Amino acid sequence: MQEIRFHGRGGQGAVTSAELLAQAAIIEGKYARAFPSFGPERRGAPVTAFCRINDGPIFLRSVIEKPDIVIVLDSSLFRAVNVTEGLKDDGILIVNSANAPSHFTSGRLHKVATIDATRIVLDVLKQPITNTILLGSLLRVADIVSMDSLLSSIRHRFGDKAFRLNMQVIEMAYKEIVIHPEWKQE
Amino acid sequence: MGKYLGMEVSFAAAEAVKLCNVDVVAAYPITPQTHIVERLSQFVADGELDAEFVPVESEHSALSLCVGSQAAGARSFTCTSSQGLALMSEIVYIVPALRLPIVMILANRSLSGPLSIWNDHSDVMSVRDCGWIQLFVENGQEVFDHVIIAYKIAENHNVLLPVMINMDGFILSHMFEPIKLMEQEDVDAYLPPYQPKFVLHPDKPVTMGAYAMPALFTEAKKAQEEALLASYPHILQAWKSWEKVSGRSYHPVETFCSEDAETLFITMGSLGETAGEAVRVLRGQGKKVGLLKLRLWRPFPFHDFYKAIGNAQRLIVLDRAVSYGGPGGPVAGEIRSALYNMENRPQVINFVAGLGGREVSVESFLEMFISSIEGKASGYQLFGVRG
Repeated sequence: MQEIRFHGRGGQGAVTSAELLAQAAIIEGKYARAFPSFGPERRGAPVTAFCRINDGPIFLRSVIEKPDIVIVLDSSLFRAVNVTEGLKDDGILIVNSANAPSHFTSGRLHKVATIDATRIVLDVLKQPITNTILLGSLLRVADIVSMDSLLSSIRHRFGDKAFRLNMQVIEMAYKEIVIHPEWKQE
Repeated sequence: MGKYLGMEVSFAAAEAVKLCNVDVVAAYPITPQTHIVERLSQFVADGELDAEFVPVESEHSALSLCVGSQAAGARSFTCTSSQGLALMSEIVYIVPALRLPIVMILANRSLSGPLSIWNDHSDVMSVRDCGWIQLFVENGQEVFDHVIIAYKIAENHNVLLPVMINMDGFILSHMFEPIKLMEQEDVDAYLPPYQPKFVLHPDKPVTMGAYAMPALFTEAKKAQEEALLASYPHILQAWKSWEKVSGRSYHPVETFCSEDAETLFITMGSLGETAGEAVRVLRGQGKKVGLLKLRLWRPFPFHDFYKAIGNAQRLIVLDRAVSYGGPGGPVAGEIRSALYNMENRPQVINFVAGLGGREVSVESFLEMFISSIEGKASGYQLFGVRG
C-alpha cells in the first residue's frame, strides 16, 4: 500500500490533489481512498489531505502517520507544521519552492525534489492552484499511477478546457522539477 | 453494471437519491449539513433531477415540509446531522405515527456541548425510540445502496414507515472512495414509482395526525409498535431483491470470523472495518476472536443476534455515545437486556469510544481485547480517556 500525505493551505487544492490521485488509481482498477483532515474549512489555514492506494481493498480510514510520500503545496508551511513528521527515511518529499531540494533534506531525507510551481501556474493557469503541477512532479519521480490515468482523472474532474491548461503545467513540471543529486533515479 | 468510480461518499448518496427520482428534497442547507444536499441542489438546478428543492430555514421545517409533501403523495428526502437532528426531533417522532415513508440520511455527529462538529453516535441515540426503521452502514457503497433499499422498504404497503440511514459523519461523509453506481433502468426495475396508500387530497378527505384521547392513545402506540416489528421480513425481502439486482447482500447482523469465536467485538457503522482489521491481526496470533456488526438497529434483530453470538463467552461492545448516569452505552444496554434470559449468557464488556471525532484505531481494538481478557476491563468504561 502507498500512503501519500498532502500539506497545503485552504484554497490551494490539497484535498483535490488527494482525490485526483485516488481517482487515477481507481481508473487503473486499483483501490484508493482520499480524505481531508476533518474540521472547519478556512481559506489560508493549514490543510492536510491523505491518499491511500492499494492493489486490494483498503479497510483503513485513519489519518496517515507514516507516509511513503509527502507533498507540500506551500513551503511557508515548514514554519507552521511539521510536514515531514513520520515520513519514512527513504520516503519521498516534494515541495513547491524556488529553493533547491537540499534546503529541505534536514539531514535525514535524500529523496527530495522541488518545483517552482506557483510561478508556473500563475503564468499558465493565472491562479495559484498548484495541485495538478505537483501531481505531475510526483509522477516524474515515482511510479504511483500512469500519466494517462492522472490525465483522465483531471479531465473527469475539471472538463476539457481546464484539462488542456493543466496538461500544459504538468508537461512543464516534467521539465522544471529539481531532483536532489543524492537521489539516484532508477 | 457499471465500473468503480471514485467519488466523495456524500456525492454517492446524492447520486442514489437522484436515481430514486424523488419529488421533494427539503433541507437546511448550511452547517450542520453535508455535501449531499449541495449536490442535490445542483442536480435540480441543472435539470438532472425533476424535484422541488426547498432550502428551508431550519431542520424542524425540513422534516415538517417532508411530512406535508409525503402526505400529499410525493416521494420526499431530507438529511441532517447532530444539532440539526436535535432541532428536528419534535417532528422525527411524528413521522412514523403518521406512517409516512420518508427517507432520511443522518451523517452521525456529536451533540454539543462542548461544541463539536465531529463524528460519534450521540445524535441518533437521542432519538433511539422515535419509531423509525434505523439502519447503520459501513462504507460508501453501503450508503449508496441503502438509499435505494430504504425507499423500497419504506414504501412497501405492509411497512409504510420512515427509514433513517446512519452514516458516520466525516469518516464516511467526507471520504473519497470507489463506488459502483447503478443504471437508472435497474433502479427503476427495483423501485417502482411511489404508490401512496393514503393521500391528502380535497376530493377524498382523510385525517392524518389526529388527536388521541387516553382511551385510544395506548392502542395507537401498540399499533405503531406492531407495524415496526412487522417490517422485519420486508426489510429482509428488500435486501434479497437488491442482491439480485446488484450482487451485494446485506443482513440485519453481519458476521466476520464469528463461528468458533470465544470473544466477539460488536460494532455499528464505519468502525466495523477497523474492528475487522483487528480481528485479522488477532486471528493471525491464533486468538479465537470474531466480529458482529449490527446493521439493523430498529427493529432490533433479536433472533439474528442470538444466532450470531453462538457460543461466544465474551462480547466486547462498542458504543459511540454516553448515557450519563445510566448502565453503560445505549448499545451495550440493549445487548445486556437481550441476553438476560439466556442460561449461559456471555460476559459483556462495554467500551464507549470514538466520541466527538476521537480516532479509534486497529491498535485501540487490540488494547480493548487485551484489557478484556486480562480482566482489567469489565462492565463499562470510556476508552482512551487521558489522565
